[in-house]
Amino acid sequence: MASILAFGAYIPRFRLQRSIISAANAWVSKAPGALRKGSRSTANWDEDVVTMAVAAGQSALARQTVDEVWLASTTAPFVDRRNSGIVSGALGLNEETTASMDFGGSQCAATSALISALRTRNRRVLVAAAEKRRTKVASTAELTSGDGAAAFVVGDGDGLADVLATAQSTVDFVDHYRAADQAFDYVWEERWLRDEGYRKLVPKQVKQALGEAGVQPQEVSSFVFPAIGIGVAEMVAKALGIRADAVADSYFDDVGHCGVAQPLLMLAGVLEKAGEGDVIVVVGFGQGVDVIVLRVTARHAAHDLANSLPRQIERGIETGNYMRFLSHNRLLEQELGMRAELDLQTQPTVMYRNRQMLHAFVGGRCAKCGAIQFPKHAICVAPDCGAEDTQEDFRLAEMPGRLQSHTADLLTYSPDPPARYGMVNFRDGGCLMMDITDAQESEVEAGAAVRPVFRIKREDTRRGIKSYFWKVAPMVEPHGERT
Amino acid sequence: MSSGIKDKVAILGMGCSRFGERWEEDPEDLILEAYRECITDAGIDKSQIGAAWLGTGMEGQGVGKSAIPLSIALRLPYIPVTRVENFCASGTEAFRGAVYAVAAGACDIALAVGVEKLKDTGYGGLPQSSRGTLNDMYFANLSAPGSFAQLASAYSAKHGVAQADLKHAMAQISVKSHDNALSNPKAHLHKKLDIDTVVSAPLVAAPLGLFDCCGVSDGAAAAIVTTPEIARALGKTDLVTVKALQLAVSNGLEAGHGSWDGAHVTTTRIAAARAYKEAGIREPRSEISLSEVHDCFSITELVTMEDLFLSDDGSAWRDVLNGDFNADGRIPCQIDGGLKCFGHPIGASGLRMLYEIYLQLLGRAGERQLGDPKAGLTHNLGGWPHQNVCSVSIIGRADA
Repeated sequence: MASILAFGAYIPRFRLQRSIISAANAWVSKAPGALRKGSRSTANWDEDVVTMAVAAGQSALARQTVDEVWLASTTAPFVDRRNSGIVSGALGLNEETTASMDFGGSQCAATSALISALRTRNRRVLVAAAEKRRTKVASTAELTSGDGAAAFVVGDGDGLADVLATAQSTVDFVDHYRAADQAFDYVWEERWLRDEGYRKLVPKQVKQALGEAGVQPQEVSSFVFPAIGIGVAEMVAKALGIRADAVADSYFDDVGHCGVAQPLLMLAGVLEKAGEGDVIVVVGFGQGVDVIVLRVTARHAAHDLANSLPRQIERGIETGNYMRFLSHNRLLEQELGMRAELDLQTQPTVMYRNRQMLHAFVGGRCAKCGAIQFPKHAICVAPDCGAEDTQEDFRLAEMPGRLQSHTADLLTYSPDPPARYGMVNFRDGGCLMMDITDAQESEVEAGAAVRPVFRIKREDTRRGIKSYFWKVAPMVEPHGERT
Repeated sequence: MSSGIKDKVAILGMGCSRFGERWEEDPEDLILEAYRECITDAGIDKSQIGAAWLGTGMEGQGVGKSAIPLSIALRLPYIPVTRVENFCASGTEAFRGAVYAVAAGACDIALAVGVEKLKDTGYGGLPQSSRGTLNDMYFANLSAPGSFAQLASAYSAKHGVAQADLKHAMAQISVKSHDNALSNPKAHLHKKLDIDTVVSAPLVAAPLGLFDCCGVSDGAAAAIVTTPEIARALGKTDLVTVKALQLAVSNGLEAGHGSWDGAHVTTTRIAAARAYKEAGIREPRSEISLSEVHDCFSITELVTMEDLFLSDDGSAWRDVLNGDFNADGRIPCQIDGGLKCFGHPIGASGLRMLYEIYLQLLGRAGERQLGDPKAGLTHNLGGWPHQNVCSVSIIGRADA
């Protein structure tokens, strides 16, 4: 089997305190005390499964390349358009040699994809998982869910963790479902999920996998079980004979349950802290059970520390704004102003011709004078050069920059006013007037360090298409710079 | 080596509609209003017009595409009519077309009309429209105030001017224009303002507040031009002639190269230098009697004073506070209220500026008449500071 070579996790910057959600809805249904604590992550309006997967993927890849990009989610933006293909393009991977595949249909999609990737020989695969679920107002899922992504690079060679065993089952146990034409989940009783689902189906597969791996339950260092419900993972661990302190952090206090991405997100958190020889059991649950038993190798420390989960949690901003959350999830019939009526088509012909520019953020670098410029052009923009047909592709996606100027615009339509944008001077040259996202007012000033992030540029709800481009986000910590 | 336009073409007549929220008029009505004043001033018959140019920026909200709307509105006798659009320089572009036609000898007398009907959108501010298929996919979500607001951000950073000091100087620019407009019956806004009101107004795009932004207005303006010889033959004695018509257009350097500082407008400096040269002006600070500049936002006027070389770099904010550009200052700016208060019907603005200078040069500006001006400069800036078209024109007395 292949090994885990690298990984990255992504949590959107904004958080919403559960106390605020539950207080707003207490008049209709009072949430239990445990669900009124902590915060959940909420994707910005310009984030979706594709953009979050790109963020996690950039962190995992750190400019390596892969042969395949797999994306697991039940909330990917497109039903018939290769979502993983958009991710692959945004990661700047070679179109002509990269394979890509979407996984969905179950909460096991990510673990099943990871197992398949681990079984794939002679191919390096990026397995990304992301989820951004729309939940009904006043539902339990509104409180327990979070938005997030994780990505793993899997392939032959010396990895951070090797596979000891895997086990998989298929059982049509329907604790919740979402029909193809429905916006929201339909959820059955939690007690049944716990007693008949988690407590009966999971231990069977875990025991089988541990047996195959030759590992005793008490030797398990980390138990990654993305269960919904407080204390359930501990209960199942105990039944299996796994130590209580091995139960992996679910990040419920700061993130919430990220659906398909949850087991990968938790595994990323475990690997960030793991030591050589640690045995990790990863469980996926969704109309069957996936189990992966991993042993951490001596090379475990090689990962993106600047974007570790605790760092990302630290950088979070609590919005305290439930209405904004509802608005961004299109759960309100809201007056957006007449400027929001501007009807712009997204022409596939234009998008296709310019896909390297728009998705891979490829500009030009003049081979003659070295000037970096965006967009790439047949004629060099440098006034003392002007050479023709000299420009080479130059990707700006990982290039930090600084704001030369900026504004907070209350006139133009934005789903998240004020619209912030500014002139970005890139570190190695070139500039572009760019939208600024995920920022607080205090972080936007002339000279502020920023980095590109792949985001939804605009959403055409009339024709059901999102177009993507790069924006910049503040580099909150200087040591977050990674180029 | 081109000989330039200086003194080759004279203005025979000009007209300008009242600017404002003209709820009762269609754009064609506004065209007529400006044209009637213009042709009366010129003292000619419509049949003497050999060609016409129409400048309008946002045809979708107004007259529609092409030059046909002008030909119909004036029932022009099947002469050549051309529609031009070049953002906020559209009115000046119409004028340039007419002037060049006369200078080329293609016709004896030419008409330029600019019009815009901005108040049929249902909201304040400029109408929104596509910026082009690919541009819409990557341009920042920028508005006019948001793009110009960044001049303030970069200017503060570059010149080390405290944001509060700059905001104060910007407010003075608006206060001055509001003062000036009080004596202009055709202006959109007639309201005296004080600095505190401007500084504390609600933000539109930080740091620009409501009173840092010009009026969005309906209006039209027109000019009829001919050669100085024909003008004299028609009985005109006091002639105003064109001294310079320059245009500079961004080529992507400011927006994509990384060498621009964001605190000045490159095209303005280039167009101004060329215009002074074309007009034979060596000392603009003493030879330009007044200016009408593109004060779409207060900060634009401020940096434009430096870009036109009327203030030293980094000093315009002090010069403004010193009153240098007030009605009684060293070079009055926006004596008619400017875009700020006269209003800014895009396609008409360039011609409106020329109209004011023309009146001033002929001593016909009424209450706001300045003492003995010799030459005046107009300036339009279309687009955004990082990517724009800029026109700088100079007209003056033929004998000056």
